[in-house]
Amino acid sequence: MNYLASVGSYAIMVKEIFKKPTKWRIMKSLILKEIDELIYGSLGIIIFISFFIGAVVAIQTALNLTNPLIPRNLIGFATRQSVILEFAPTFVSVIMAGKVGSYITSSIGTMRVTEQIDALEVMGVNSLNYLVFPKIIAMLFYPFAIAISMYVGIFGGWFAGVFGGFLTSANFVEGLQMDFVPFHIAYAFIKTLIFAFVIATIPSYHGFYMKGGALEVGKASTTAFVWTSVVIIILNYLLTQLMLG
Amino acid sequence: MIEVNDIHKSFGDTHVLKGISTVFETGKTNLIIGQSGSGKTVFLKCLLGLFYPEEGDIVYDGKSYASLPTNEKRNLRQEMGMVFQGSALFDSMTVEGNVMFPLEMFTKQAESEMKDRVEAVLKRVNLIDAHSKFPSEISGGMQKRVAIARAIVMNPKYLFCDEPNSGLDPKTAILIDDLIKEITEEYDITTVINTHDMNSVMQIGEKILFLKDGIKEWEGSKNEIFKTDNQAVTDFVYSSDLFKKVRQMYIEERN
Repeated sequence: MNYLASVGSYAIMVKEIFKKPTKWRIMKSLILKEIDELIYGSLGIIIFISFFIGAVVAIQTALNLTNPLIPRNLIGFATRQSVILEFAPTFVSVIMAGKVGSYITSSIGTMRVTEQIDALEVMGVNSLNYLVFPKIIAMLFYPFAIAISMYVGIFGGWFAGVFGGFLTSANFVEGLQMDFVPFHIAYAFIKTLIFAFVIATIPSYHGFYMKGGALEVGKASTTAFVWTSVVIIILNYLLTQLMLG
Repeated sequence: MIEVNDIHKSFGDTHVLKGISTVFETGKTNLIIGQSGSGKTVFLKCLLGLFYPEEGDIVYDGKSYASLPTNEKRNLRQEMGMVFQGSALFDSMTVEGNVMFPLEMFTKQAESEMKDRVEAVLKRVNLIDAHSKFPSEISGGMQKRVAIARAIVMNPKYLFCDEPNSGLDPKTAILIDDLIKEITEEYDITTVINTHDMNSVMQIGEKILFLKDGIKEWEGSKNEIFKTDNQAVTDFVYSSDLFKKVRQMYIEERN
C-alpha cells in the first residue's frame, strides 16, 4: 500500500515540476550548472568504466571461442552488440544512478533538512520546478555521454583484442560492421532518454520528500539508488521486449 | 493586519491546533510563545500558507487565504518575508546572491537596480563587506542578519520569524530583536515571531500570544504579562529564577 502511495506522490511530483516555470534568465544558468555537474562531471568515470568493460567483453568472448570453425571477427561483433545494446545504455545508467542519483538526493535532501526548500516555498517559488526541472533538461544531454561510452567501449574491445593477440585489427573492424542493424542505435538512445528521466526524477523525489536530519539524507540517497536501479532494470526488460521482442 | 479565525489543524489522529483565533496588528511585533509541542511552529506554518488548516480561516488585510485562487495565493506569499530558525540561506549562493534572489525571481529590475537595493538592505541590517562571502563563512548572527535582509528586500507586508534568536549569544540576540522591532516600525509591517526567548518577550513583545496544547491560553502585551494571574503563563514565563525575581520586583514596585 505504501509503494502505491509513493507511486502516486511521484506522479503528482512529476506534474508539479512542469507548473509555474521559473524565469528563463534564472533557469538558463541553473540548466548550465546542472549540465556541468551531472553530465560533464560524469564523463571521466563513464570513459574509464566503458574502456575497461569493452576490453573485458572482448577478452571474455575471445577466451570462449574455442571452436576453430567460428571466425575471430565474432569478437568485434560481440563487443559491438554488448556495448551498444546493453552495456552503454543500461550498465552505465545503473552506475549513473549511483553517482548522479546520490548527488541529486543528497543535495535536495540537505536543502529540505536546512529549510531551504521551505524558504523557496514561502517566497512563492515552485520549488519542484526550480530544483528538478533543470536536472531533467540537463539529463537530455545524457545520450551524448552514452554515445561517448559506446565509442570508448568499442575502442576498449579493439585495444584488448588486438594488443592481447586475440585477433587482428582488420578482423575486429570486419566484426564491427557485420550484420549491423541501425535500429539498435535508436533502441539504445530511446532507452537512454527514458533512463535519463528516471535518473533525474526518482532521486529528486527521495530528496524532496525526505524527513529527518543528516542521517536520513544518507539513508534517502541509498534508497534512491536502490529504487532508481530497480526501475532501470525493469524498464530495460519492458523496453527490450517492446522494441526488439 | 492578520486575522486568524478559529483554525484547526490535525496530523493523522493528532489534533495540533484546536480552534485558535487572534488578530496580529500592523506595525507591531507579535510574539507567539509556548512550550515545545504546543503548536507554535504548526501555527506559524499555517500563517505562512505552508500548512492548510482543516477548519477556520486566515485573513490578510481583508483577503481570506482559503478563498484565494492559487496564483493569488502565490502573489500573497510574495508579500511575506520569513526568517527561519536556521536562517535557511542558500549555501551555493553568496550573501549578495541570497538577498538578491527574491528580486531576481519576481521583479524585472535591472542588475544595477537590484544591486542598489541589496546594498541598501544589507546596510540596514548592519552588514557591510560580507557581500561576496558564502553563508558557511559568516557567523550565526550574521546569517540571521542576511536572512532578515532577504526577508525584507521585497518590502513585505508581513514578516514571520521562527525563533530568530536560537543559537545566538545574549548580546547578538538583543541586537537581532531590536533590528526586527525597528524594521517592523520603519516598514510598517505585521511581524509575527515564534520564540522561546523570554528576553525577547520582555524586550519587544507588543502583543504576546501564549499557546498551550494547541489552544490560545492567554494573550496580552509585555506589560500585561507581569500582571497576569494565569498560572500556565506564569509557570512558563517565570520558570527561571531570574524572571521570578524580575516579576517580584515589578509587583513590589507597583505596591
